[in-house]
Amino acid sequence: MDRLDELESQSVFILREAFARLKRIAILWSLGKDSNVMIWLARKAFFGQVPCPVMHVDTGKKFAEMYAFRERYAKEWQLDLLIEPCPPIDAVDPTLPPAARSAARKTEGLKLALAKHGFDGLIAGIRRDEEATRAKERVFSPRGAEGLWDVRDQPPEFWNHFNASPPPGAHLRVHPILHWTESDIWAYTKRENIPIVPLYLARDGKRYRSLGDADITSPIASDAATIDAIIAELDATRIPERSGRAMDHESEDAFERLRKAGYL
Amino acid sequence: MNVVLSSQLRPAAALPVRPLVRVVIVGHVDHGKSTLIGRLLHETGNLPDGKLDALKAVSARRGMKFEWSFLLDALQTERDQGITIDTSQIQLRTASRDIVLIDAPGHAEFLRNMITGAAQADAALLLIDAGEGVRDQTRRHGYLLHLLGVRQVAVVVNKMDRIGFDAARFRDIAAEITGHLVGLGLTPTAVIPVSARNGDGVVRRTPSTAWHQGPTVLEALDTFAPARAPADLALRFPVQAIYKFDERRIIAGRVESGHIGVGDEIVVMPGQKRARVQTIEAWPAPDAAHAPRVASAGQSIGITLDRELFVERGNVIAPSANPSTAAKRLKARVFWLNARPLAVGGVIVARIGTAEARGVVTAIANAVDPGLLASDGAEVIGQNHVGEIALELAQPLATDPHTSDAGMGRIVLEFDGRIAGGGLVLSVEAAAAGAASHSAAATRAAGTHELHSDASDALKGHAATLARLFEALSPAKRLAHLRREIAGRIVFTTSFGLEDQAILHLIAERGSDIEIVTLDTGRLFPETYALWAETERRYGLRIRAVYPRQDDLEALIERHGINGFYETREARVACCHVRKIVPLERALGGAQGWIAGLRAEQSAHRRDMALVTAERGLIKLNPLFDWTREQLASFVAANSIPVNPLHAKGFASIGCAPCTRPIGPDEPERAGRWWWEDETKKECGLHNRA
Repeated sequence: MDRLDELESQSVFILREAFARLKRIAILWSLGKDSNVMIWLARKAFFGQVPCPVMHVDTGKKFAEMYAFRERYAKEWQLDLLIEPCPPIDAVDPTLPPAARSAARKTEGLKLALAKHGFDGLIAGIRRDEEATRAKERVFSPRGAEGLWDVRDQPPEFWNHFNASPPPGAHLRVHPILHWTESDIWAYTKRENIPIVPLYLARDGKRYRSLGDADITSPIASDAATIDAIIAELDATRIPERSGRAMDHESEDAFERLRKAGYL
Repeated sequence: MNVVLSSQLRPAAALPVRPLVRVVIVGHVDHGKSTLIGRLLHETGNLPDGKLDALKAVSARRGMKFEWSFLLDALQTERDQGITIDTSQIQLRTASRDIVLIDAPGHAEFLRNMITGAAQADAALLLIDAGEGVRDQTRRHGYLLHLLGVRQVAVVVNKMDRIGFDAARFRDIAAEITGHLVGLGLTPTAVIPVSARNGDGVVRRTPSTAWHQGPTVLEALDTFAPARAPADLALRFPVQAIYKFDERRIIAGRVESGHIGVGDEIVVMPGQKRARVQTIEAWPAPDAAHAPRVASAGQSIGITLDRELFVERGNVIAPSANPSTAAKRLKARVFWLNARPLAVGGVIVARIGTAEARGVVTAIANAVDPGLLASDGAEVIGQNHVGEIALELAQPLATDPHTSDAGMGRIVLEFDGRIAGGGLVLSVEAAAAGAASHSAAATRAAGTHELHSDASDALKGHAATLARLFEALSPAKRLAHLRREIAGRIVFTTSFGLEDQAILHLIAERGSDIEIVTLDTGRLFPETYALWAETERRYGLRIRAVYPRQDDLEALIERHGINGFYETREARVACCHVRKIVPLERALGGAQGWIAGLRAEQSAHRRDMALVTAERGLIKLNPLFDWTREQLASFVAANSIPVNPLHAKGFASIGCAPCTRPIGPDEPERAGRWWWEDETKKECGLHNRA
């Protein structure tokens, strides 16, 4: 087994644990490279099926290429797709900095979707190497009734035994690719020939390294027009992956506040 | 956190080929874990652009000196309080490896987070502050690495600049921690002197540590290997689920150990149903020529069988020739994280592999804070403590002792719907048909006995370390050091012999916080009672007396008669048990340390005993262990210590009156005890239970 085989095996194990131990789960699909890998892993885990709904919490502000991707692959992969809207910005905590407030619409949309469908588990494609508070996440991460993340009291988790009994009203976030790196995602995408939104590949000297809402996400200067070129670029860069995501950088704790409130 | 970058050390190899090694950094709080990580990242060029400036800005904004810990302490509360609450991970590249550094909190309060981090690790760096040496949390983390199964450990002795790079002090610390870890079955791959703050010994060798022959921290990291799932053991395939999405009935799971091939005859545990493997399934479906024929440890797979068996989540598939044990009763060494202590009678959910069963704790032994390593004699395992438990399960679980299969020998304990502990399966008892012939009480009694006699490795390791440290010290210093080493009660048991009087003198003169206790068997010499009273007068203290239990004594006399001990050895041992052993257990109850007056030259058998031992779940010190009778006699005379007048009449070792006689000038010291019995059996049992 090489490194990618080991990462894949661990993720498949986690997905199967979530499916076996939780009653009603959904996979969160943001249409980005990470959640595409996650859907692919789910198909591996369940031998071609995705046996639970796949949910896109839609801010309505994604890039056109992302919506096109969603329509095509939901059909091709025979996904049970749920598209859940987000409330307008007035419904969001006004004390947050502007971009974070805009991003927090997704948190509110997520809460509404949870209430509507009664999920006890949401499978999310976050990774430890993306951002410092994500590095402190559990694989099975409990969220309180309001979706809140209590970082001071995370349960112990070891030897692939997970806490899978959320108290009533609470739910679990399950993170099957928490242990992957950005480079791993690209190497695996290439090996498995997984489709991607073309915005990740450079055009006219620019490409998107991370995809979010069109109005608060900026491209980076890059000539990486193939996945191999992206991997080579990551190998040399010293610039963080989420540098193009405005809400991470408005204040020291902006992203932590978002995450504690239930953001992914 | 995104940290991806090339360093000059890295060859041009393609990314996924590089082995990935997860290394947890553990140790006492404030011994410099975060500083070491910062220094490593900084000097290997692994910090992202702007990160250093951002950290400096954060420090300045808080009016604090620059703190490397801000690199990993991502939470606002962590930065505000200057402590690491939860474990974090960060990437680092060395010459040949991708390393994930796992920063584990050093605070005892966050032990569950340390365990969460360390359990993912292939290897560990254990940090020690050169100025402070080995501390309770150092030992606690060492012990947990042992329980968590982390087998590669390098020790980093940090803050060498604070002690002027003193090589002798470094060697003392190295010897102490090495002794401790070896006692736990962990041999350090290196012990490295560094100053993380200044960079000495971390990535670069500097003149300050020129005397050190071993590797730098970076070089030590480069020798760690990824822990591999054991493919060379017998097959263990815990079933996660059965999928029937189409006409196939796929048994899904991850191979824990060994390998499985198409055509293999397997048995489904528990239940012993047999079948052959028909296919190994994969997606995307390969053509028939490329369909997998075999899978091995670490792989998440699906199989189909050649016949319809009832298989469910929690079953374990094993080779029919080498099945695992379906256990209804097992013993385990566990750590406990819940605020409510684990007690005998406690009901938990036990999880092994993908199976779970309710279980009742039927016995607890060697409960101990692994930082102090001396049992408080408690019948419960407190929060963040470890101990050995016997479990009786509602349904059998397929398992193996951890020594034969590390994966299937791991047990996780759930309490109140939340993971609350875990550890190693020490032994299992098969759920055989007809097991009902054992009475539950008999099993419980046997279980308790076995647990007690199997003193914990940790305690033994600690005793061995102390024995080495104490070897060169005087008896007075040994007592003082033990008092500092052990947080809980220390009990000195005296029988008013020469040795005991000398020790009592040392304790009383120094006013140490050590409890003085005697066991009054009721059959002592009148001279001994007189000496007892005189000793209390001379030192102005009260010696606590512990007596045999009245009903035990009455039953003993009823059975064997008033002087039955002369008739049979059984009667003699029963008498010692009622009059000395049971009272001793009461005397030591709740204590963590025990002081006694054994000397090596007293008898052939006692030569196997040691200066410091782990007995009855306590650390036991014999401060006069290496003294000769002449040394003892001159010390007693020089200090005018009151002694038993019987010594002058030829009594050397004095116990109960009926069982002690004077000895001749050429007889060994203990020849006058139970003189009618064989020399090798002449112990009452007080001092020989390792």
